[in-house]
Parts: sequence; structure tokens; C-alpha cells
Amino acid sequence: MNTLDVRSQLKDSVPVAGFGPHGSYGLQDSLRTGFTSIKNELIPSHSLELSEKNFQVNQDKMNMSTLRNIQGIHAPLKLKMELKAATQIQRLPFLPSSHLALDTLRGSDETIGFDDILNDPNQSEVMGEPHMMVEYKLVQRLRWRDTPFPISMQMLISCPQMFTLHTTCRE
Amino acid sequence: MATLTVSRAPLGGFDFGNCKRNAVLERETNTAGCSLPSARKTGTTICGIVFKDGVVLGADTRATEGMVVADKNCSKIHYISPNIYCCGAGTAADTEMTTQIISSNLELHSLSTGRLPRVATANRMLKQMLFRYQGYIGAALVLGGVDCNGPHLYSIYPHGSTDKLPYVTMGSGSLAAMAVFEDRYKPDLEEEEAKRLVRDAIAAGIFNDLGSGSNIDLCVITKGKVDYIRPHDEANKKGIRTGDYKYKAGTTGVLSKVVTRLDLELVNEAVLTMDTS
Repeated sequence: MNTLDVRSQLKDSVPVAGFGPHGSYGLQDSLRTGFTSIKNELIPSHSLELSEKNFQVNQDKMNMSTLRNIQGIHAPLKLKMELKAATQIQRLPFLPSSHLALDTLRGSDETIGFDDILNDPNQSEVMGEPHMMVEYKLVQRLRWRDTPFPISMQMLISCPQMFTLHTTCRE
Repeated sequence: MATLTVSRAPLGGFDFGNCKRNAVLERETNTAGCSLPSARKTGTTICGIVFKDGVVLGADTRATEGMVVADKNCSKIHYISPNIYCCGAGTAADTEMTTQIISSNLELHSLSTGRLPRVATANRMLKQMLFRYQGYIGAALVLGGVDCNGPHLYSIYPHGSTDKLPYVTMGSGSLAAMAVFEDRYKPDLEEEEAKRLVRDAIAAGIFNDLGSGSNIDLCVITKGKVDYIRPHDEANKKGIRTGDYKYKAGTTGVLSKVVTRLDLELVNEAVLTMDTS
């Protein structure tokens, strides 16, 4: 149930834009995205864009709060813990993961929606830049705001116990 | 091909990346005086009725694209499950995809529960999906079926509201069809009477609404049996030509005949083999 207005959805949710204009070499791509303007990047281009981006997050919030009210704090706590453990079972960020455990926990292995039919990530024609994506993941995980960016791979190799990046194979 | 610098894995589902470009294009074409092609709609008459043993669903078979008939015999009664069928009005692609998705979900659900699916389940799934997309999916549906609790009939609007009623009509011809229903509906009709009533309602829609036409399809659902009658009635038959502009051979009398040979010289003859590998 989407009763939040646009501004509050913008506030505490996944950001819409990536690192500025999308195109090769970071320059503007007039053919695909038109002329650039900051307003275009901050405000979504379709009224459904924000609500679709945050749909799963909002559904989970709603379900967890209902569960907490009916069954007490332990039920959502345990479920959230299992979900968090399952989200960590994936391959390197730029490779497609099957999310099998996550799907089973969520029950989405028994449902089909538009996100399975349209824009299937396994059939995406573009690949993320491997170095950029792994670094982004590392910075997110470690939350080191004052680390010089980018972190060199030497650090990664020399002290592996500090960087706990799960690289388990696809299950 | 140069890679995009993305920081997050791509998600499935709808992609709103072209919305701004589409808005700009639409504005440009409007200032230039022309207009973009419109989506194919099923300007339609669909209706359903609950009778003594089950449900009768009816639909016309015309699909329009603006002012042109795109499909003279399209099928508007979609399969959802062996005991549930759904008529769709509105944007043709939206009704097709929505009913197919819900049909797949219902099949998975019934495999998981091990029971025949209920009409209320299909109704709930449809209304939650349509509400999620806030009416942008233009699918107005009439859902009917027979399950363990008896026959049920629902009408579902594009924004996600539903009504559970004994007789419903949807589409551009819905007012004409509803007029027939309001006049002649009685509870606990027999099967033949119900079929005749639905046929008359759809015919009223076909003859009084430009968006509906061609044939009448019926689907009779009872406990354990489904009768998909396509076409039940051809209300708009294409006329047979009464005259012909072609002259029969021998109409013009031949007075004299002169034959002139053309002597052509064979200059070159070449054979090119076709590559059939």
C-alpha cells in the first residue's frame, strides 16, 4: 500500500540516479537520455518509478511491522536475520547471482511477476565495470569514509582477513 | 561496446529510463502537427452472468487501434485455470500479459496447496497487481469461475477496485449490455436461458457501440466442465457481393486477328548455381 508521498519516498530510500549522466566515459549521452539537467536526475521521470524501486523494501517493512504487532519482536528479528544471511550468499558484484536461498525464504521462487519477465538481469546486454563495482561494495561494507579512493588491490591481497568478501560459487 | 559505470546490479521489471525521452518526443511531434501511434485497445463489450449451476462469460471479438479495426476476430476470453476464465477489456497487451501472469501464479499456487484454485484467490492477486501499478496497466476484467464454494463472478477495474456481483458488464459497450441485463436478469436461470441472455447483451453492445463488433464468444463454466464456444454467433457477417464488374469471356466480338512475330536474337546464356548448402 503506497501512501507515502514523493518527498518522503525520496528521503529514506534507494537513490534513483547513478554516478551522474550515464553514457560511455562518463559524458552525457544525448541520444539516450536527452539534455542533462540536475533536476532530471533528482526527480523521477515517472510517478511509478520511486514506488517500484522501493516496492520490495516497503512490502517487507509492512509485513515485519504486522508480524511484530501480532507475534512479538522475536519473529521479525529471526526472519530479518535469516534474510540478511541469505543476501550475503552471492557471487562478485558484477556477476549474476541466483539468489536461491533468498528466493526460497521470501517465497518468490513460487511467484512470477514483471521483474521475472521484463529486463531479466541474467540476459542484460551490458556488464558492470568489475573494478568499480567491487570497490563500491567494499566501501559500502567497511564504511570507511576517510579511506583514499580507490582502495588498491594490493591491500586486498596482503591482509585478506580484514576484507570479508564472500565469493562462494553459485549454488 | 563500452561498459556502463553502474554501482548496483541491474534489477528486473519495468525500466523507466525512456520516459523523459518519450515525453520530449511526444511534445516535438505535437508541435510539428502529427501524432504518435496509439496502443491497440479492445474497445469492447464483455459481460458475465451467474446462473443456476455456474457462470456464463461473453465477449465480442473486435480489437481497435484508434479508428481502425486491428483484429476482426480476436479472443478476449482468457484462460486462468481449468475452472476460472477471465474476459479482458482495455489495452489488449495489458489484459493478455496480466491474465497470463496471474494464470502462471495461480498454477504455482495450486501446485503448492494441492487444491483447485478459488476465484477469490485470482481476484485478490489481480487487484493487488493492478493497484500496485496505480492504473497505468489499463486492464478492465470480468473474472468468473466455479470452485468448491460455488460459482463466483467479479469485475476488476484498472485501478484495482473489484465488485462481486451476479451480473457484470465492462468495456465501451457496457452500458448497452447492462441495459439488456437489467431488463431480463432473474436469479437462478437455466443454462440455455443464460446463454441467450448473454448473447443478446453482447449483441446489443455490438450493434450500438462502434468499438465492439464481429462475432460473439461464449464461455460456460460449470462444476467440472467448461464449454468454450468460439464463435457462438456471427452477428456481423461480411456481405456477399451481388454484382461483378468483370466481363465474361466472349462479351466483345472479335472482328479480325493479326499475329506479328518478334524475332529475338539469343545473345548470352549463363547458369548461376544457387548456394543450397
